[in-house]
Amino acid sequence: MIRIQARTEPSSIMKVVSPLLAITLTLIFGCILFSAIGKSPTQALHVLLIAPLADSYNIGEMFVKMGPLLLCAVGLSLCYRANMWNIGAEGQLLAGALGGSAMALYFIDSESAFSLPITLLAGIISGMLWAAIPTFLKLRFNSNLILTTIMFNYIALYLLIWAVHGPLRDPQGFGFPESAMFADSTLLPTLFESSRIHLGIVFAIVSAFIAWFILSKSHLGFQIRVFGSDEPAARYAGFSSKKLSWFVMLFAGALAGLAGVSETTGPIGQLVPNVSPGYGYSAIIVAYLGRLHPLGAILAAVFMAVLYMGGDLAQIEMGIPVAVVSMFQGVLLFFLLACDFFINNRLAFSNQATN
Amino acid sequence: MKKHNLVSRLELVNLTKQYPGCLANDNISITLMPGEIHALLGENGAGKSTLVKTIYGVVAPDKGDIIWDGKEVDIKSPSIARDLGIGMVFQHFSLFETLTVSQNIELCLSKTQLNKIGDLAKKITQLSEEYGLNVNPSRYVHSLSIGERQRVEIMRCLVQSVKLLILDEPTSVLTPQEVAGLFGVLRTLSKEGCSILFISHKLHEVTEICHKATILRGGKVVDTCVPNEETPASIAKMMVGDLAEQDAGYAKREGNERVFHVENLSLPAKQPFGTSLKNINFELKSGEILGIAGVAGNGQDELMAIISGEDERNVKHSLSLDNLDIGHLHAGERRKLGMAYVPEERLGRGAVPDMSLTENTLLTHSDGFLKNGLVEWQNVKEYTSALIAKYKVKCHGEFSEAKSLSGGNLQKFIMGREIGQNPKVLICAHPTWGVDVGAALAIHQALLELRDQGAAILLVSEDIDELFLLADRMAAVCDGYLSPVVRTEATNIDQIGQWMAGTFINNTSNRTQEAKA
Repeated sequence: MIRIQARTEPSSIMKVVSPLLAITLTLIFGCILFSAIGKSPTQALHVLLIAPLADSYNIGEMFVKMGPLLLCAVGLSLCYRANMWNIGAEGQLLAGALGGSAMALYFIDSESAFSLPITLLAGIISGMLWAAIPTFLKLRFNSNLILTTIMFNYIALYLLIWAVHGPLRDPQGFGFPESAMFADSTLLPTLFESSRIHLGIVFAIVSAFIAWFILSKSHLGFQIRVFGSDEPAARYAGFSSKKLSWFVMLFAGALAGLAGVSETTGPIGQLVPNVSPGYGYSAIIVAYLGRLHPLGAILAAVFMAVLYMGGDLAQIEMGIPVAVVSMFQGVLLFFLLACDFFINNRLAFSNQATN
Repeated sequence: MKKHNLVSRLELVNLTKQYPGCLANDNISITLMPGEIHALLGENGAGKSTLVKTIYGVVAPDKGDIIWDGKEVDIKSPSIARDLGIGMVFQHFSLFETLTVSQNIELCLSKTQLNKIGDLAKKITQLSEEYGLNVNPSRYVHSLSIGERQRVEIMRCLVQSVKLLILDEPTSVLTPQEVAGLFGVLRTLSKEGCSILFISHKLHEVTEICHKATILRGGKVVDTCVPNEETPASIAKMMVGDLAEQDAGYAKREGNERVFHVENLSLPAKQPFGTSLKNINFELKSGEILGIAGVAGNGQDELMAIISGEDERNVKHSLSLDNLDIGHLHAGERRKLGMAYVPEERLGRGAVPDMSLTENTLLTHSDGFLKNGLVEWQNVKEYTSALIAKYKVKCHGEFSEAKSLSGGNLQKFIMGREIGQNPKVLICAHPTWGVDVGAALAIHQALLELRDQGAAILLVSEDIDELFLLADRMAAVCDGYLSPVVRTEATNIDQIGQWMAGTFINNTSNRTQEAKA
């Protein structure tokens, strides 16, 4: 007889195995799915997971996608550690893209060395501002952070669309809803001659290490962890929940804003309506896949970026609809949460069933 | 004596229950005769709860037999236990507050039982008179005091003509007067042939009322005795093994100068079922323990929360430390000024369950462990190891998660952590609640040592014996009012008991009116 039994202590093995198990189960699910729509599962998985890493161009594109995913996921990890359910990375990213682009367009005729840092700063501040409003509403009026951050995602999206149709539209752009191409002085430098990999990925990895350092070494990070794991204890200890909430939300907003402005000043080079293919939402999965650990998020972001790349390739090479990628992401999160159950529980095989 | 009296009511033969990683009951055999009041004693984790749950059909034993009135039975569920005539009053009552007493009792009766009883309210009134329970069937449970609710639970068992009544720490929530009332009821029941299994940590109660006692340690029966031939001290020794010193006869101290005082503190309740605090005044001197007695839910929690700063409402001029107003500071700032706090809830408030003891040290004790906002973990670790050794906290090491510790050991850890900050004022809520005798002794001695070093200690406890043992001055709370504060030597358990029941309230309010006039 098999029973579910609570573990006396959470299994440290399962903490590591759970994401791997979830990925394996997702792949098995993928095989079944591809067979069902009449595609060869082996070829499909090859295109989805191996092809993105097969040549240097694809690897470069993978890093381009990884940057914004990781930046958003690092910020979200900190928020979720502190029980701040920020679903608004997408909106904060778009706000960063919008604010940064406005600044970049202001510098369109400038060749100053300061124009890029100021543009990036504008993006960061826009992201922080976008995170600050729901945070204020939560702390002042106790509004539901999940709902307000989701709503702010839409507000950011439509503000951005309005901007590219109106004030930021390129006057010489034949009416297309796009801004003018930014000046070279406001473009992020690429790391290698032949690829589009730009400074954004460096920002992302550095931010992951900074977040890890804050969480594990600083008193502030300790307070965040206490606050997330046991709020009454944090109140008892006298930690200020306001201070911590502001810190994690502004930190996440800044990183998401940086992700947004890095996209427009990096691979895109102008402001367009579809800056993000849902990076801010996928980053939620990345954060969980990385165990809400900033360094774990690096690995998870690689995986998710591969999946994004693979989705594009599968569409091009095999005619598999791009919605399959979203489905993959959803199934992955599902399996991950299911496998996490076994961190605190286990199956007990009892031989006394006959008694 | 007739012959059937020689048949035991309940006999447990070699009951064994294995939980993962813990042998909760190890070959336990106990015999209960009709009318016997039998005490089940033991430290926390000795296996008492598992044993009574087995008898009541909540837990199935792995091995062993239960013999009821001479016949072997298999008690598969609580309803079978009730059909046999076994009733149980849990430590936490299971009553619906929005229903009346008789509705609550009706809920757990089967149709046939109801038909047999007929008019339930009449039956309740009749039993109530018979046993002096004083339970009114038409009252709503939310309007009853804790003691009354307990009597409703007992009534629920009586209605089902109980032959064995199991009581799990029944006196921990009662005033001394209520305890005396309960014991009267139990004696009547016993005379009529009802057996009673009585779990308690309070040894003098056991010596007072119980005919026999079984002592459990580590899941095994280690001893049995006839309590009225023993003293509380000798029973305690059986429970915890060789305990070198006993917990008694500590010297009382006079405090020195005033370090902390509460002045005209009135505060409306924050929650609908909370208690509002009404014009509370007292002062705390260095080198003394001020004990506050009271039945749970009379404003202790609210008082603790406002003093510690967890209740963030501004009462600037009502609290002062070293003649400095602190009522507007938040909890962290008050700690920095020299206040420390041992909360009632150990796990989930006093300690973070999923964090190691090292991390839990840092929870409130960060002084000296921070450098430019960074934590010097190595130092915290060494400090924690020393703390564990000093207070003999049983655990695997400083890396153990707080939730892996037993209640008593975690309490020793928390107590040590707070004392280690050399506080000027220590606020301590129910420090030995649910803690075994050995740990309670260690905690008492730690508190006294801190007092002798010159700290001021505010001790809130429901255990009136503990207060008499430790406190230098005492007061009681009732319904959010604080009684006058008296020297412990100048009062007695009767007076404090009456104060717990609120007899001082009219006097105080009269006095305030006179003062105003």
